[in-house]
Amino acid sequence: MTGGIGTITSTILIPFIGALLVLMVPEEFKKAIKWMTLVVTGGAFLASLAVLNVFNQNTFHFQMVEAAPWIPQWGIQYKVGLDGVSIWLFVLTTLLTFLSAIFSFYIDKRPKVYFSMLLFLEAAMLGVFVAMDMILFYTFFEATLIPMAVMIFVWGGSNRNYAAIKFFIYTFAASIFLLLGMIAMAKHHEALTGVMTFDITAIQALVASGKFWEGTGSMQAILFWAFTLALIVKCPMFPFHTWLPDAHTEAPTAGSMILAGVLLKMGTYGMLRFSLPLFPEAAMQATPIIMWLAVVGILYGAIVATVQPDVKRLVAYSSVAHMGFVVFGIFSLNQMGMMGGAYQQLNHGISTGALFLLIGLLYERTHTREFAKMGGLKAQMPIYSALFLLVMLSSVGLPGMNGFVGEFLALAGGFYSAAAGSFGLNIVMPFLAGIGVILAAVYLLWMFQKVFYGPITNPDLLRLKDLKPWEIGLVGVFILFIFWGGLYPNTFLKPMEKSIAAARMMTINEPGLRPTWTEARHEIDDDGHLVEITTRKSDGTIDETAGIRRISDNRLYTAIIPPKESR
Amino acid sequence: MNYVIPTIDWSVLMPTLIVAVTGIVALLIEMARPKQNNNLIIGVSLAGLLLGFWSLVGQLGQPVTSTMSGLVYRDQFAVLTQMMIVGVTFLCFLFSEAYLRQKRIAFGEFYPLAMWSASGAMIMVGTESLLMLFIGLEVLSISLYCLAGMARGEQRSEESALKYFLLGSFASAFLLYGIAWAYGASGSISLDAFRIIQDLPDTAYPTMGLFALGLMLIGLGFKTSLVPFHQWTPDVYQGAPTNVTAFMGAVSKIAAFGALYRILDAAAPYQAAYMPVLTVIAILTMTVGNLAALVQKDVKRALGYSGVAHAGYILVGLLAHLKMPDKISLTAVIFYLISYSVMTVGAFAIVGLTAKAGKEGTRTQDLNGLWKTQPLAAVALFVCLISLIGVPPTAGFWGKAFIFGDALTAGLTTLAIALAINSVISTFYYWQIAKAAFVDENIAVQNDFAPMSGGLKATAVFSMVGVLVAAFVASPLLTLGQTAGMDRVETGTKMQVLDPRVDQIPDDMPRPSGFAAPGGGPPPPAQEGE
Repeated sequence: MTGGIGTITSTILIPFIGALLVLMVPEEFKKAIKWMTLVVTGGAFLASLAVLNVFNQNTFHFQMVEAAPWIPQWGIQYKVGLDGVSIWLFVLTTLLTFLSAIFSFYIDKRPKVYFSMLLFLEAAMLGVFVAMDMILFYTFFEATLIPMAVMIFVWGGSNRNYAAIKFFIYTFAASIFLLLGMIAMAKHHEALTGVMTFDITAIQALVASGKFWEGTGSMQAILFWAFTLALIVKCPMFPFHTWLPDAHTEAPTAGSMILAGVLLKMGTYGMLRFSLPLFPEAAMQATPIIMWLAVVGILYGAIVATVQPDVKRLVAYSSVAHMGFVVFGIFSLNQMGMMGGAYQQLNHGISTGALFLLIGLLYERTHTREFAKMGGLKAQMPIYSALFLLVMLSSVGLPGMNGFVGEFLALAGGFYSAAAGSFGLNIVMPFLAGIGVILAAVYLLWMFQKVFYGPITNPDLLRLKDLKPWEIGLVGVFILFIFWGGLYPNTFLKPMEKSIAAARMMTINEPGLRPTWTEARHEIDDDGHLVEITTRKSDGTIDETAGIRRISDNRLYTAIIPPKESR
Repeated sequence: MNYVIPTIDWSVLMPTLIVAVTGIVALLIEMARPKQNNNLIIGVSLAGLLLGFWSLVGQLGQPVTSTMSGLVYRDQFAVLTQMMIVGVTFLCFLFSEAYLRQKRIAFGEFYPLAMWSASGAMIMVGTESLLMLFIGLEVLSISLYCLAGMARGEQRSEESALKYFLLGSFASAFLLYGIAWAYGASGSISLDAFRIIQDLPDTAYPTMGLFALGLMLIGLGFKTSLVPFHQWTPDVYQGAPTNVTAFMGAVSKIAAFGALYRILDAAAPYQAAYMPVLTVIAILTMTVGNLAALVQKDVKRALGYSGVAHAGYILVGLLAHLKMPDKISLTAVIFYLISYSVMTVGAFAIVGLTAKAGKEGTRTQDLNGLWKTQPLAAVALFVCLISLIGVPPTAGFWGKAFIFGDALTAGLTTLAIALAINSVISTFYYWQIAKAAFVDENIAVQNDFAPMSGGLKATAVFSMVGVLVAAFVASPLLTLGQTAGMDRVETGTKMQVLDPRVDQIPDDMPRPSGFAAPGGGPPPPAQEGE
């Protein structure tokens, strides 16, 4: 396929080339560097919208696939494509980077390196969400480490060295085993077929037919954990979350926004992309363990958040809790829960991104993040506090706002699976996770109270001015998405639906009845059944008149129903 | 027996000759040069290296050739490693002059000595004869002993040279003793000795061969700095002038691994015996190297220990090939050696910036402020360091990934996991170096760096770009390496038994005891192709 505007490759190349261009501008032209970054990230955002425009929500398959050989001796290729799981993360990345580039106009220390790092980071993040080749994924996955670590390292707070090293080593340590696992998968594929490939669609085709893991014993479980542990650390889930509060606290505001908004999603995205479809049996077996970890993470994150003396740390721990919901939804392995988990990824990106942005706006004025030095800001900055309230409520999960939809779906999904007794889940899990929602209200409302109510104790706060118009606009974009996602979530849910259903059925269906990426005739119909189609209509929907065969029932809420014969 | 004067295929010899002769020419120039002006020497040396490199390029993919009755041998592996040696030497020469001047030791002898050293390294990797291998090693080492002590009057440098010399000679003696044993058992000084031994009817000979192999491994283990023969590495790396350290770290390692490969490949019949030992050594080398590097306060020492650890990584790739010589080529090892050389030379080149006006500080904190005063150098150092860690998309990552792949194919899962764990450990100390260059500001240390010379800039940019674009050149490089270690002489021109005694002794005469075949019969003629 060829490049051009509106293709995936060009969307990745825009920030990449932009970063190189920014590096060539002499350091003195700070303004030029900032505006250039703004134009580049804006361009990338528009390009991603063009991609979204072409995206077809009637299929679970990868779309807009571009492939080229890269290191053919090793079966490594450049292969990118988007499906329902990744499309919104792709757009979210460009949006958040654009917004954080606007905020970064505050940065005056070494702007050239800063903005080029921001752009490199964007290119790498986009690559993560579109890679269809495992090594390509790994390359992008790890390539995000360096710009992020450098951002913390150079522009971070007082304890930045510790935070950067911790961030780097934690994630690097986990993902080196991901690499080993990937190579082992490719080697196993070679052993089976004689062709070495890192193409996930090729490997998944063998997994779907059951040939891949036939007679491999514990290998599936070992590789599942090699993959999943790396992703769990990235999420991060309890007990591997300890790098996150440090990284968040020390990172510059834009870094925190991107870290919370996009980087954490790489973990949960990887679960949907690799852990479930490639290791179905092992994933189902591990479900109780991961669900317990998610529940513990939700409660632990919430409880620890309540006692933090630092706003940023509080939000960081709330991220641990929220990402717990995402994993909880994904590993409930039913349609509602997985949709909720996938949707919660976006919501968390928007809400927490907005929270970090607001904290950053305040920090630029006060240079403190401690609760002890705040209080009574409501009178001083009414607009700011109003916006903060909205964003905070979205993070709590107030109905009508985006956070509610995601959390509700994830919890309901977990409840259904647990109530049906599927995958060894316990009914206690959704109840405990539900308590997490209440705790979220506790710590976030306390935070709001401590920052905005009461008398002003810190005289420095008296000279604070309210937000400037452009800052209001910046936060306004987030607020728009908060309400859009809460009032009309279908805009976001619909494109994900089929790919999520496919990911679920790749996991819970028996070998031979699983949807297969390489099988173009496999499709999910509007009721969620897996069918074999003959032709499609021009808009990509299934042409039922031409003949259709049902392979597997939708099994939306449980895995217990036995598969039906074709109709 | 009619004795045939061996034919000489000059084209195979040419690269080594060019490098060695350029060394001689450079020395002659040095004697006649105007005072303290090395420009002509450098120019001639660089031209000679380029010529040597160019003549090697022409030999890529050529059929395997053995000439001068097997004293000189060319296969893809030899050509590629020789190209690396010449290339690394070139890279080191680029930045050496400015460094040596800052250090006030701008002796013109550096260039001829380094080139002879390189030619010794080239001999080592391109021969089938154990004696040639030994001679190559000595040519390599003796020049290096002098180079290590080049900073005369600096105690550390003297110590480094003496230590290197004493331990190095000791190791050479082991190697030579091993060769003697192999010769005694087989009557051959060719690498075929190990195979010949297997065919001898007496079971005592294989035991002698095993002993010989053990001795040789000790000798080469020293040169490759495998644990427990690594103790010299940090001291010598620290004491030697930094450009010599860079040269030594790369060239000597490439050559020693080339020789190690030749010997282990020849000793394939003993694989069951050496595999477990080398597996343990590989794990120890990686782990000890990395753990010791963690506590170093001197950059050169830390990089020295990192060199030890990387030797362990390379050994993993080598073992994978040896385990499945028909399935796994040496391409991963070659790729790793290339990337290791480039990033190590790059890192040392930048560390050399701390030498100014006769003073040099190589403690970690001496790098403080590099980012402020020399951003290009700091970035190049950073890129080399992340490549040494193995973060994608750098060369170090691809090298590690390929070695992982080979290890998994060969079923060396333990080694692969040990390598993975060690990559994580190594993150700490590389990061400490990066931190010193980028973040720390220690006013107690005078942050005075030498200005970047054009040559250093070229080296820095080359290593930085080379490390970063590895992803795009990986494919052609792998293709080049694909035949390495897989191509064998098929036409039977492989080295004949060199020992004239074996063939010339009439059957009815008493044989020297080492060759007496049990039963009084003649020992089976050692021939190629069994």
